[in-house]
Amino acid sequence: MSPQDKTPPRSGSVLVRPVTQLGHLTLAVGRRSMGLVGGLFLLMTGALANVLKGILVPSSRLKGEYLVYQMVRVGVRAIPIVVLCELAIGMILPLQMHPKLDEFGQADQIATINAIAAFRELGPLMTAIVLSGFAGASIAAELGTMVTSEEIEALESLALNPVRFLVVPRLLATVVMMILLTVIADVVMVTGGLLTSLRLGIDPDVYYHLTLEALDITGFMTGLVKAGVFGLLIGLIACHLGLSVKPWQGSEGVGQATTNTVVYCIVAIIGADAVFTVIFYAHGLFR
Amino acid sequence: MSNPPEPKSVDPETVIAIRCLNKSFGVQKVLKGIHLDVLRGETMVVMGGSGCGKSTLLRHMIGSIAPDEGSIRLFDQDITVMSEPEMNEMRKRFGILFQSSALFNSLTVGENVALPLREHTKLDQTTIEIMVKIKLELVGLREHADKMPAQLSGGMKKRAGLARAIALDPQILFYDEPSAGLDPVTSAQIDQLIIDLTKKLRVTSVVVTHEMDSAFRIADRMCMLDKGVILKEGPRAEFEALRDSAEESLANDTERLIRQFLRGDPEGPITQRKVQSDYEEDLLMVSLKMD
Repeated sequence: MSPQDKTPPRSGSVLVRPVTQLGHLTLAVGRRSMGLVGGLFLLMTGALANVLKGILVPSSRLKGEYLVYQMVRVGVRAIPIVVLCELAIGMILPLQMHPKLDEFGQADQIATINAIAAFRELGPLMTAIVLSGFAGASIAAELGTMVTSEEIEALESLALNPVRFLVVPRLLATVVMMILLTVIADVVMVTGGLLTSLRLGIDPDVYYHLTLEALDITGFMTGLVKAGVFGLLIGLIACHLGLSVKPWQGSEGVGQATTNTVVYCIVAIIGADAVFTVIFYAHGLFR
Repeated sequence: MSNPPEPKSVDPETVIAIRCLNKSFGVQKVLKGIHLDVLRGETMVVMGGSGCGKSTLLRHMIGSIAPDEGSIRLFDQDITVMSEPEMNEMRKRFGILFQSSALFNSLTVGENVALPLREHTKLDQTTIEIMVKIKLELVGLREHADKMPAQLSGGMKKRAGLARAIALDPQILFYDEPSAGLDPVTSAQIDQLIIDLTKKLRVTSVVVTHEMDSAFRIADRMCMLDKGVILKEGPRAEFEALRDSAEESLANDTERLIRQFLRGDPEGPITQRKVQSDYEEDLLMVSLKMD
């Protein structure tokens, strides 16, 4: 928190004071979000430059083992939780829809609804939310702790760039693992729907065919594009907030960064989701 | 521990030259017109109480903080105007032992030492492993190469940090509070290691510390920093003489202040300075605020 963010001066009458405070609050929030967006942008360009350099200059390429390590830590261990969440949602959603659809004699359409929901929306979204808590928080806490224990400074003093060394593998890992996990999530959610449908007496053959009918390549791809962007957002926010911890903030700063990462990630993901849906809709990708 | 002042280096040129260094954080002036030279091959100890700016001074010398004014020249090149790639080249020429050792916790001790070699040299894996063994042997940690930093004691962490700092054969070594948090024996061992390494590798050392025993063991020259100003700079013998002199014989307050610091006396100019803020006034302010 910069000195300017401190509580506003307590002057003026009772009537004016709330207005002044609102103004100060708005300024503080505005300043902070501008700082965040600027920081994310800088980190993004820095990481991009390093990735490009890694592709063009073989000697500055990172060792594959770092990337694999991060991918395992970010993604592989999150598989059980993603599966659990998506299976539950896949089972709940058809159950919610069933009475209304049955009224119209369209109970079979559960499959269509479930497939559209899974591939376009809930697959990427739920995975991203799970990963915000799972990977985002852990990345922010790890990098924040590295700042407080002078490890970042040590890295710089060894002429090693923290962006290339720490941020790039984590960003690549979150993007790649987000996409892979989303594929798993999509499949699991459709399977969950199948389980409920069986219970509701819908023919599995019909379910299968209706799912395939609802599933077009555009819907699948838009879901994966979203997943990739969500992964990028999680990685960027977590790395930025983790590295923004100041050495003297100690454990409190690390805790703050971790909490903020989860909150900002979820807000950013839902915001991005809204923007994407509008764009896809406007371009007629959803028919 | 009375090694006589050796004939100072073949080439008495200045390795580090700091001129008119000013730095403020917000309204607080942390460094005020620092002027310091460190000569090739010597061990310079920067002393001072907590919050006197000595860590800030060190961070200026390693290029992690930019000054408001003034210049810092390492090997006659001004690091304050360097671009990032130039600075990275410079960073390969000095090593730093951090206060908390700052080992990378996800890597073993051996990998920590190997990291700069792997990233900055074109040596093959076997050569790097041999180099790592050599560096670890220098600090007496050869058998512990496969341990994780979390498994090491404080003293061993310092040794490992030192091995990593000398991995690229630097010409300058910076030490940030090398004996902080160590027991007296371990601390003395680290001091001995610093002395040995300085001789064996013929490096220039800059040590920031407030441990006087340690400072007098390792220093060739010393300087005393207080409130962002260098009060006194000179050979170790001068400081020893000042420490052992009687208080009455000292001419001015500055010397008395240094003497108190060197001796670690609870009474003296430093203590007096701290109790100056008025207790009664403070209490009065509290009651005024209540109204």
